[in-house]
Amino acid sequence: MEYFWAFVVGGAICVIGQLLMDVFKLTPAHVTTSFVVAGAVLDAFGIYDKLIEFAGAGASVPITSFGHSLLHGAMQSADEHGFIGIAMGIFELTSAGISSAILFGFLTAIIFKPKG
Amino acid sequence: MASSKDEQQQFAQKIKPLQPKPPLVKNCVKAFLTGGLICIIGQALMEFYMTFFNFTDKTAGNPTVATLILIASLLTGLGVYDKIGQFAGAGSVVPVTGFANAVTSAALEHRSEGLVLGVATNLFKLAGAVIVFGAVAAYILGMLRYAFATFM
Amino acid sequence: MKLLGRQTWQFADVFLNTAGTAVGPLESEGPLGDFYDKAYNNLHCNEKNWELAERRLMEDAVSSCLAKAKLTEKDINFFLAGDLLNQIVSSNYTARGNEIPFLGIFGACSTSMESLALGAALVDGGYADRIIAAVSSHNATAERQFRYPTEYGGQKPDTATFTVTGAGAALVSRERSNVKLTGATIGKVKDLGIKDPFDMGSAMAPAAADTIAAHLNETGTNADDYDLIVTGDLSGVGSPILKMLLQEQEIDISSNHRDCGLMVYRPDQPVFAGGSGCACSAVVTYGYLVKELEKGNLNKILVVATGALLNPTMVQQKESIPTVAHAVVMEHAKEV
Repeated sequence: MEYFWAFVVGGAICVIGQLLMDVFKLTPAHVTTSFVVAGAVLDAFGIYDKLIEFAGAGASVPITSFGHSLLHGAMQSADEHGFIGIAMGIFELTSAGISSAILFGFLTAIIFKPKG
Repeated sequence: MASSKDEQQQFAQKIKPLQPKPPLVKNCVKAFLTGGLICIIGQALMEFYMTFFNFTDKTAGNPTVATLILIASLLTGLGVYDKIGQFAGAGSVVPVTGFANAVTSAALEHRSEGLVLGVATNLFKLAGAVIVFGAVAAYILGMLRYAFATFM
Repeated sequence: MKLLGRQTWQFADVFLNTAGTAVGPLESEGPLGDFYDKAYNNLHCNEKNWELAERRLMEDAVSSCLAKAKLTEKDINFFLAGDLLNQIVSSNYTARGNEIPFLGIFGACSTSMESLALGAALVDGGYADRIIAAVSSHNATAERQFRYPTEYGGQKPDTATFTVTGAGAALVSRERSNVKLTGATIGKVKDLGIKDPFDMGSAMAPAAADTIAAHLNETGTNADDYDLIVTGDLSGVGSPILKMLLQEQEIDISSNHRDCGLMVYRPDQPVFAGGSGCACSAVVTYGYLVKELEKGNLNKILVVATGALLNPTMVQQKESIPTVAHAVVMEHAKEV
């Protein structure tokens, strides 16, 4: 069942992205940035956590979860350090994603050659 | 001289029947299937990390995302991810693999200009926007929520 | 009379002597694959990066053009060349290598006929004995310059075109050959408000229609005086729009219109609406059409190269796309 909901929810989020691209003529960059902001907004109202509970990877793999993790990290750290904590914690939970993207992106660029 | 607004509108109307429309349903089905499939792979990875390593529900997302990024970077380097992208549209843009593809493809393309000014400088050329908007949104929302919790 | 009307040149005594072409892998698998002088089986053309690959293609096109004429670089007065890259670097660096006095020109994808028309005018006016006109484009350099990195997984719509990887060069002089250049029409820049850089066909069709109508009007010819009216890279989207726009002016080209973007690839190749780029009109014209004119299979044709004069900054600033089209008349001539 977890796999089913991961598939359906993840797929559905992508369909929203496709509609933004085809109907509203947004570029992929505009779609992904909108989704990150949307993820942060949904997290501000505590909705995104419920979605992850329900759909697992279906909600944590789409880029919306990046926005959710950014805000989540900020709030966790704010609980501990107060106002200053927001700045300290923003990248706390997304570190794995960003650092591995930098590392693997860099290594790939060194090893491979663009194919065209 | 540029044409008038009227002329432009007339032209847009006139050519509309001659322009192919994006196959909306087909594109959405392809995006749904590919995006869903990537999430299934993510789910399997999560369970793998929870079963064989000491990760919990909450923490298994980290190695999962990192693994997906590794796979997407490799597929980009092998010249496969752009083909997947042409088929899947948003289905391979919206998952975190699309983020990895944006990073890797920019780095790869600028390899010919050297490691510092080519690869490193251009690494976030496309994907940087996501981080910028994400961080700004999280900062503003975080302050609002903090203020709300403190003063209400 | 050298000038007809406002924008059309009439040449008295100019011939296209030889032409050279070089293409990449997808083009050599296309329907005209056998007509090109040199074909690479890899997109890198055995070079280290995309830019070097494009330069290699242009150098190959020029050298096979010279080899066929049994001439060397020293026999050529001027080298008129252009391409799509910033500051037309492929042409600049090719000119550095061949040391022919160089005029670099830019007209986006219309550069093929712009360079040929200018070269023919120089020769006919007595300002040159022999010139070489050349253009190049490369799919990966163009993607990188105008769109996204080549490995980026963004989806392209069906209206997009596929930049042709290749180069074409032509040697023009007063020495007689089977292909006579008899006229040219220089186009006005047209912009009807199309902003989508993935729909060049719709943007460029009005420029092509304007140039064709002006040409027929100023030369006093009819559309059916030409065996073929060939446009550069309007593709599957722009071609029907061109026909419709000309129909409105009661010019019917439905029977003799062809588009290089649709001739250069097979319909089953993954090229969206068709080919585009400077090399699109160049490799089809210099590789195929010129040979048909030499043999006499074609008698008189009008080649209208179309160009979209945009750059990514302008697109991001929400400007619409200005376009231009230049036409050259080529005729079969019996050698004396």
